[in-house]
Amino acid sequence: MNPLYSELHWLPRAPQDFSARLKALASTPAPLGSELQALALHALDVNQLTRLAKAMGRARAEGKSLDPLSPFRLAILSNSTVDMIVPALEGSAARHGIALETIQPPYDQVAQEALIPNSMVNSSKPDAVLFAFDYRSLPLKLTLGDEEAAAAVVDGAIGYLQALRNGIKTGCNAVCIFQTFAAPAEPLFGSLDRALPGTLRSLIDRINLRLAEFVLASGDVLLDVAGIAETVGLAAWHNPQLWNMAKFSFSDELIPLYADHVARTVAALRGKSRKVLVLDLDNTVWGGVIGDDGLDGIQIAQGDARGEAHLAVQRLALDLRQRGIVIAVSSKNTDEVAREPFEKHPEMLLKLHHIAVFQANWNDKATNIKAIAEELNLGLDSLVFLDDNPVERGLVRQLLPQVAVPELPEEPAFYARTLAAAGYFEAPAFASEDLKRAGFYQDNAKRLNLQKQVGGVDAYLASLDMTITFQPFDATGRARIVQLINKSNQYNLTTRRYTDPEVVEAENDPSVFTLQVRLADIFGDNGMISVVICRPGEPQTWEIDTWLMSCRVLGRKVEHMILRELLEHARAAGIRKLVGTYKPTDRNKLVVDHYAKLGFTKILEEASGLTRWELLTDAEGPEAAPMKVVSLFAPAVEGSLV
Amino acid sequence: MDKSQIYARLTDIFHDVFDDDSITVTPELSAKDVDGWDSLTHIRLILTVEKAFKVKFSTSEIGKLKNVGDLVNLIEAQAA
Repeated sequence: MNPLYSELHWLPRAPQDFSARLKALASTPAPLGSELQALALHALDVNQLTRLAKAMGRARAEGKSLDPLSPFRLAILSNSTVDMIVPALEGSAARHGIALETIQPPYDQVAQEALIPNSMVNSSKPDAVLFAFDYRSLPLKLTLGDEEAAAAVVDGAIGYLQALRNGIKTGCNAVCIFQTFAAPAEPLFGSLDRALPGTLRSLIDRINLRLAEFVLASGDVLLDVAGIAETVGLAAWHNPQLWNMAKFSFSDELIPLYADHVARTVAALRGKSRKVLVLDLDNTVWGGVIGDDGLDGIQIAQGDARGEAHLAVQRLALDLRQRGIVIAVSSKNTDEVAREPFEKHPEMLLKLHHIAVFQANWNDKATNIKAIAEELNLGLDSLVFLDDNPVERGLVRQLLPQVAVPELPEEPAFYARTLAAAGYFEAPAFASEDLKRAGFYQDNAKRLNLQKQVGGVDAYLASLDMTITFQPFDATGRARIVQLINKSNQYNLTTRRYTDPEVVEAENDPSVFTLQVRLADIFGDNGMISVVICRPGEPQTWEIDTWLMSCRVLGRKVEHMILRELLEHARAAGIRKLVGTYKPTDRNKLVVDHYAKLGFTKILEEASGLTRWELLTDAEGPEAAPMKVVSLFAPAVEGSLV
Repeated sequence: MDKSQIYARLTDIFHDVFDDDSITVTPELSAKDVDGWDSLTHIRLILTVEKAFKVKFSTSEIGKLKNVGDLVNLIEAQAA
């Protein structure tokens, strides 16, 4: 068993006082979320995870708040014993900022629970359903060498899963999380199993492939258990003794790993995946110390074992950047010395233009990392910090607990693998915007510079030559809309999270007004940057259910233009009043004055800080900002906007 | 490893597995004496013991266990 995976080596070991801190929770004043997460951010074994879950359960029973953990309700359908897994899931979810509540129907009631509309699972209205099946749940029969019969078996298995999915979609419309199937470790023929149609191996290969295609097309979520099992090895994954004794579908030693994978998937659905990789330089990005060893002395060349280890880190960073992860640098160095390898070393894969923020100075790393977050306009909980030096890691963990800081092994050859194993950048879906995102943040840094040069804000905005495009929700924009709804924390008035099916519902409901906003400028296309949903409130009133914006376009008066557009559509629909709500979270202080700045009148202020605002639609609205407006709304159909 | 060392180690394990620091581990202790010692927690206990003492029990050995004394005998037989 490779301990990197079975013992979660990217996490620090559990502290000596783990039990004492758990006990202290009983007398700790609520909210308990931060301390629970701090405890969960260690490599906990099943017993420790179970104790953590029990402590959470006790806190819940006493009515104590688990803020700032985000609540999530997960139903688990399984053909195996999950009783030992469920507490581990709850404990692991806290690690990822989720207060997980699980719904666990009786053993082996899968079909009933999925298909009967008022079953325990369907009537509990979970946020998501995890189909925690292994291959023994499928109607698989060997059809050796018979291509046609094998295809029928695969169709049957996929059809079964689809039927269960349809049951859940009809019954409670939860997000469905499907697991791929880990093939058993025992061959029948041997190598031929992979090639011959109708062997267990071949059937499971095909089912996994079909399932992956199906999930990609349906907008459901995939948990690649087959991939996890491959990574640790099928013989380590399956434990026949435990299956026989207690119907455990995989080894108990891998429960913490599995639970962490489920937790990262759920956290990703809640928009909690990390967005930025902050790299240390000396002995992380290259071998050696540039300030001491000089350009010729650092190890970064192909063919040099040590150098190749660090090149692997660079390659991973570049690949992550390609899928939209922002790369930044934090190094204790003199700026020009730190930049030298990027500019002059021929073997460096990372170049300066890949780095969104480059912080090389002699400040402590916590200060630098804070500056990076501020410059990128992202929360500290969006950041991952990779550093070979345990002292720096400890400092950042202590001062900035929101930043993810993986432990690294002694051997640099395993740095890249360890970072990848931690799964900080888990994504349930991939939108084409992701491809460009790293570039957006960099362009933004350029824009800030330009702002400094131009001086006046209005002149600066005019110089950007912006085009803003308004559209109702549609199928093309949906993936990005769902992503924004679930990821935006700072410029988000109500922080309401909606799943893909809920967004489709809003899209199709003629009484709901939806708006997706795109912005292009001199530097390129920013893609979709804002989402608004208005629902009918009191007569002739629109309740602004959701108003969020990407922080990339802060200070561009985009919100002014959105309000102007909103007012226009509201008037056309015979609406007299807009009512907006600001619901405070620990992340959205940025928009506390959003409605005040837009000329709304405050009508309510609760002790919690929640405020309500209204604006009559005959108001003129804010002055137009210097940008071209494109409105792509179909002409109002009778009964839709009127 | 002598019996007293095994009992000391088992005490920590019991506290961890049952989330209860008040349990006193004696040879006579069995499932009926401990709150939450059901068939599933039993497996978690056995798995934790196997890992802690670096031993492996067979399914029939696990099936025959009556109390902690039996468990200690099994551990002693394997942990040299």
